[in-house]
Amino acid sequence: MSASSAPVNHVFVLKQAAVRFGLGARALHALSDVSLQIARGERVAFIGANGCGKSTLLRLMHGLLPPSGGHMHRDQSLRHAMVFQRPYLMRTSVQNNVALGLWLRGQAWAESKRLAVDALHSVGLADHALRAARKLSGGQQQRVALARAWAMQPRVLLLDEPTSSLDPHAKREVEALIQQIAARDPDMTLVFASHNLGQVKRLATRVVYLEQGRVLADLPVHEFFVSDGLAQRYPQAHLFVKGELV
Amino acid sequence: MTSFTDSAAMALNLIFSLDSNLMAIVARSLWVSAWASVIACALGLVLGAALGVSRFAGRNALLALLNTFLAVPSVVVGLVVYLLLSRTGPLGFLGWLFSFKAMVLAQAFLVLPVVTALTRQVVEDAEGLHGEQLQSLGARSLLRSVLLAWDERYALLTVMLAAFGRAVSEVGAVMIVGGNIDGFTRVMTTAIALETSKGDLPLALGLGLVLLLVVLLLNMLVAAVRHWREHEEGASGAMPQLGVSV
Repeated sequence: MSASSAPVNHVFVLKQAAVRFGLGARALHALSDVSLQIARGERVAFIGANGCGKSTLLRLMHGLLPPSGGHMHRDQSLRHAMVFQRPYLMRTSVQNNVALGLWLRGQAWAESKRLAVDALHSVGLADHALRAARKLSGGQQQRVALARAWAMQPRVLLLDEPTSSLDPHAKREVEALIQQIAARDPDMTLVFASHNLGQVKRLATRVVYLEQGRVLADLPVHEFFVSDGLAQRYPQAHLFVKGELV
Repeated sequence: MTSFTDSAAMALNLIFSLDSNLMAIVARSLWVSAWASVIACALGLVLGAALGVSRFAGRNALLALLNTFLAVPSVVVGLVVYLLLSRTGPLGFLGWLFSFKAMVLAQAFLVLPVVTALTRQVVEDAEGLHGEQLQSLGARSLLRSVLLAWDERYALLTVMLAAFGRAVSEVGAVMIVGGNIDGFTRVMTTAIALETSKGDLPLALGLGLVLLLVVLLLNMLVAAVRHWREHEEGASGAMPQLGVSV
């Protein structure tokens, strides 16, 4: 990972970044030649079929994976947080799970627990603070994960298909919460992977379409979904969108 | 058959009359194995958890060695501890040979690989499932191993019970390093072997029944922990299907 000269306004700068799993002929090229710049305050959606590299790209950007090639810079001066498709909640109370994130960032435990209650208020789960986290429904667990991210007051929030494993009602709740978090800080950078194109339209200002580990299209959301030029310029992306919207 | 039924009746009589000789042997056995399990668990849980999350050159060779130690016969462990503690051995200055401490040490050596290997497996499985999310919250590998071990505490409680079962039911190691001295280092398994060879079947059978009862109680505890955990936690994590055998 390079900490090289990136424009001040850019939270992420990727130059021909690659991620490869394994070695030799049997290596899996999860990402190839990905060049991307994401500025502060942007709302970027990664879309594409299963296995196209969306989650790998998010993990690379969050520092969970090293690039196998190319360069990846992220602004370390900003607080980053990531929410996963299936959040990991420990076998303890909801409050402790939220406090854990703060404690791991250096906050005292007592203060972490106090801030956790505030965050749980924000996601409407204050009444569940003392319940066992793993006894909550899927939607509630995802809200706890969002509360954990919220409590950290991130300036960069990465979401890996945060609603894909939820029922429609929970999907709406969690999406509303993401909108609420994003609205709280217009300068916050939001990057998320999603299969839900309606959600992409509602949350994103920019769409990056990936196929087989490569970025095939990178457009403002209105151009991606409205422009007639998509079919001519990015036929694969157009086919994907058509397929998803059928 | 008559001798068996007579012996069984006399054995039951010894148990229900709380025969002092039998009770002393049982108490000594339980103490030796409890101390050995505490020592082995104190080391094995830490080592196993650290091995579960750490990656280093030679790790696979170390794991192969660890798994090999799982199958080491208890008499071999007894022999090694005997050589260590014998007057000319490196620990001979302690003067522990043929003592309670020697038996504790031998059983701890015997059980340590069991605790370490099973803990490593439990924590490594949890790391595979959840390690990345803890990492994204800021937990480095050492802290991750502690958090994952804590989160898998019910699975590890089963490991501890299995370790105690292995310790209390072994005969070879304590026979060699303890010497089976009456009233001093005689434990259930060594007493059973001795009394059988002497033809004192009621005492041997009585001790055998108590040993079976101890192992039965341990297995019931293991099952109760598993059931309680599934009920309380709605658990989905790894839980080794362990039992205790004589």
